[in-house]
Amino acid sequence: MKYLRKDRLPNIFCPGCGNGTILNSFFRGMESEGIDLKEIAMVSGIGCSSRIPGYVKCDSLHTTHGRAISFATGLKVGNPDLNVVVFTGDGDAASIGGNHLIHAARRNINLTVICINNTIYGMTGGQISPTSPEGSIGTTAPYGTRDKPFNLSELVVAAGASYVARWTTIQPLQLSNSIKKALNNPGFSFVEVVSQCPTYFGRKNKLRTPVDMVKSFKENAINKRKADKLIADGKEDELIGKIIVGEFINKKRAEFSDNVCNLSKQQCGEEHATKSAYLSKLEY
Amino acid sequence: MIKVDPNLCKGCDLCIEVCPQKVYENSSKLNKKGVYLPCPKREKDCTKCHLCELICPDQAITVEDDKMGNEGDESND
Amino acid sequence: MTKELFVQGNEACAHGAIKAGCRFFGGYPITPSTEIAEDLAILLPKHGGSFVQMEDEISAIGAVIGASWSGMKAMTSTSGPGFSLMQENIGYAQITETPLVIVDVQRGSPSTGQPTMAAQGDMMQMRWGSHGDYEPIAISPSSVQEFFDFTVEAFNLSEKYRVPVIIAADEIIGHMREKIIIPHEVEITPRKMPKETPEDFLPFKPTKNHIPEYIPAFGEGYNVHVTGLTHDERGYPDASSPKAHSKLVTRLCDKILKNREKIVATETKFCDDADIIIASYGAPIRSVSAAVSLARDEGLKVGYIKINTPWPFPEKQLEEIAEIANDIVVVEMNLGQMVHEVERIAKDNAKVHFIPKIGGNLHKPEEILSKIKEIKKI
Repeated sequence: MKYLRKDRLPNIFCPGCGNGTILNSFFRGMESEGIDLKEIAMVSGIGCSSRIPGYVKCDSLHTTHGRAISFATGLKVGNPDLNVVVFTGDGDAASIGGNHLIHAARRNINLTVICINNTIYGMTGGQISPTSPEGSIGTTAPYGTRDKPFNLSELVVAAGASYVARWTTIQPLQLSNSIKKALNNPGFSFVEVVSQCPTYFGRKNKLRTPVDMVKSFKENAINKRKADKLIADGKEDELIGKIIVGEFINKKRAEFSDNVCNLSKQQCGEEHATKSAYLSKLEY
Repeated sequence: MIKVDPNLCKGCDLCIEVCPQKVYENSSKLNKKGVYLPCPKREKDCTKCHLCELICPDQAITVEDDKMGNEGDESND
Repeated sequence: MTKELFVQGNEACAHGAIKAGCRFFGGYPITPSTEIAEDLAILLPKHGGSFVQMEDEISAIGAVIGASWSGMKAMTSTSGPGFSLMQENIGYAQITETPLVIVDVQRGSPSTGQPTMAAQGDMMQMRWGSHGDYEPIAISPSSVQEFFDFTVEAFNLSEKYRVPVIIAADEIIGHMREKIIIPHEVEITPRKMPKETPEDFLPFKPTKNHIPEYIPAFGEGYNVHVTGLTHDERGYPDASSPKAHSKLVTRLCDKILKNREKIVATETKFCDDADIIIASYGAPIRSVSAAVSLARDEGLKVGYIKINTPWPFPEKQLEEIAEIANDIVVVEMNLGQMVHEVERIAKDNAKVHFIPKIGGNLHKPEEILSKIKEIKKI
C-alpha cells in the first residue's frame, strides 16, 4: 500500500482480476531483493495490465499499444542506472508487440518484463489473443478459436533472454521469488504470469468466478521438471491443457546497455553521458 | 489483527479461497458498492502467513503482525 | 575551434545533432536517410552518447521517446515509409510533450516509390499524420549548411516548446555535397529541472506561454506518470472528462499557435517591388533563386519568399506577400501540398499559381521563368 498512489485508488480492475495480486508479488520480490522503489522506473503499453504502473509511486511511461519494450530500451540505454520494469499483457507483448519482445530478448537488455497472460483482450471486451487456448471462446471466436497459441516463455528463451520463468496467480510466493531473481538478473528477464480475467475469459469459458479460475490454475499447473520428464518419457499427451510453471532459463550473458556504455568509454575515454539534455555546454 | 478496507474490497473472495487456515468466511454485510465483504471470522486461527494480503488484488487486506511477533517473516524467503 | 568540412547533407545533419547536444539516436536503415544513422554510429560513442539500431521505425521513435525521458536529447532519422510507421508514436510525443527530433529525408512516394529520388510529398503527413488535433513544428533546409544549422535549431525548438520537431529534408539536400562551417560554439537550449519539491510539482502545468517548462528526468524522485491518455496537470489519466480533454488539447495547440511568431522563419529576396513572388522551401529554393535572377536580368519584377518553417505555417508573412504581389507562384516537389496553405492565406489578395513536380528531378530555373512569363503574358 505504501508504494501506491493512494489518490488513484480503488483501481479500475474488475473484481478478482489477477493484476493486483501480481503487483503485490512484485513489491514482495522487490523488497526481498533489497531494492528501493526509487530506483525503479516502470513502462507499459496498452491493455488492462498496462494500467498497473499508473498506480505506483515511481516514474512511469504508459505508452502506445505493443511498444512498451521499445520505450524501455531507450530509457535504459539513456540512463543505465534506472532499474526498468515493463508491465505488459499477452496482446500487448505477443501480438502487436511481438517483434519488440523477441528483439529485446535477443539483445539481452537489462529489463524486467512482467507479462500478465490472461489469454484474452480484456480492455476491449473479450477478443481472443495469441495465447488463447485452442477451443476457447472469445467475442471474435464465438465458435472457439482454432489457432495454436504461443508458448511465450519458450519463445522468449529461444530469442535469447537470460532469465525466464512462468507462474500463475495462485502461486504468488513462487512468483515473487522469480520476480526477485528477475530484478537481480543483469539481462533480459521475462516473468510470464498466467492470470485470470473472470469478466471476459471466465464467464465465456465455464469458469464463472475468480475462485473458479484460480482453482483451475491450481489443478492444471505442473512443474517444469515434471513436465520435462513426461516429455522425455514420451508422455507429451499428458501435458494437454496443463500450465507448465517454473524457471525456463537462468543463464547470464553479455548485456546490451553495458555494451553501449563500454563502447562510449572505449571511444571517448569518458563515462557514458547521462542527463546531458540539462547541460548548457557540451564538449564537441 | 486483520483489517478489510470496505472502500477497496470488490468481493472477489480470493482471500477466502487461499487462506490455509480457513480464517475467512463470506459475510452478509454489504459495503456501499453492494459487495459482500469477507469476514475474518476465525481470526484466532491466523498464522500471519500474509497469503491473503498477497493475493488480494485490491490491496484491501492488512494483516498486522503481533507486537512481539513475526517481523522477520519477509526475510525468510 | 571553427571547422570547415566538405560533406553531404546527411553528414552535416549528424554533426549538427552532436553539436546541439544530442546523445542518443535510435533508428532503422532507410534510403535516402541512412548516412545520418551511419555517421552518428561513428560520432555518438566518441561523445559519450548512445547509438541503437532498432528493429523497425516504430521502435526507433519509441526508444527515442524513452531516451528523452531519461534526460537525453534524442533523435531519429528516416524517410517516407519509416515516417509513416512513426505516426502513432509522434502523436504520443505530442500529447506527452516529449522533446525530440525526427529527420525525414523525403523520397518519391507513396509507398516504396522512389527510394533514391527526391520529393516533398510528406509535407501534409508532417502536419496531419498522427490522429487528432495537434500542431507540429517542421523546418526545411535548402543547403548543406542549413541542414547543419537547422538540426541545431530543431533541438532547441523541441526543448523550448516541448514538441517533436521534424526536419523536412529531401534526398537532394541529404546527398548533395557542399562546404559547411561548424562554429566553435552554437547556442543550445538546455532542459530545465523543476525547482519545486516533488510534492509541489505538477509536471504538465503550463508555466509560461502555455508551455510546461520544467521536465524532471526519470530517476530524480519526481514520480512522474507519463501517459498517452488524456491527463490532468499531475499527469493522471482523466480520459472521460470532456472538460479535461478540451483543456489539454487546446493548450497543446495554443502552445504552438500563440507562439507562432517566435517560431516561424522566412527569408525574402527582391520582394519589395515585386509583382510576382515565388513561395518555396527546401531544395527547390535553389532553382527558385536562379529563376528570380534570370527574371531580374530580363527586367521582370520578381521576388521570392523562402519558407524555413513550413509548420507552423508563417501566416502573417504570407499575408504580407499577398498584399505586395499580384501573383504568387508556389514551387514544390509534389502535386500540391503547401500550395493549399498559400491559397488559404492569400485569399483574394493575390492570385496563386502552382508548378508541380514529381519524379525526382528538381524544377529547372527555365521552367519557373516560363511560368513567370506566362503570368506576365510575355
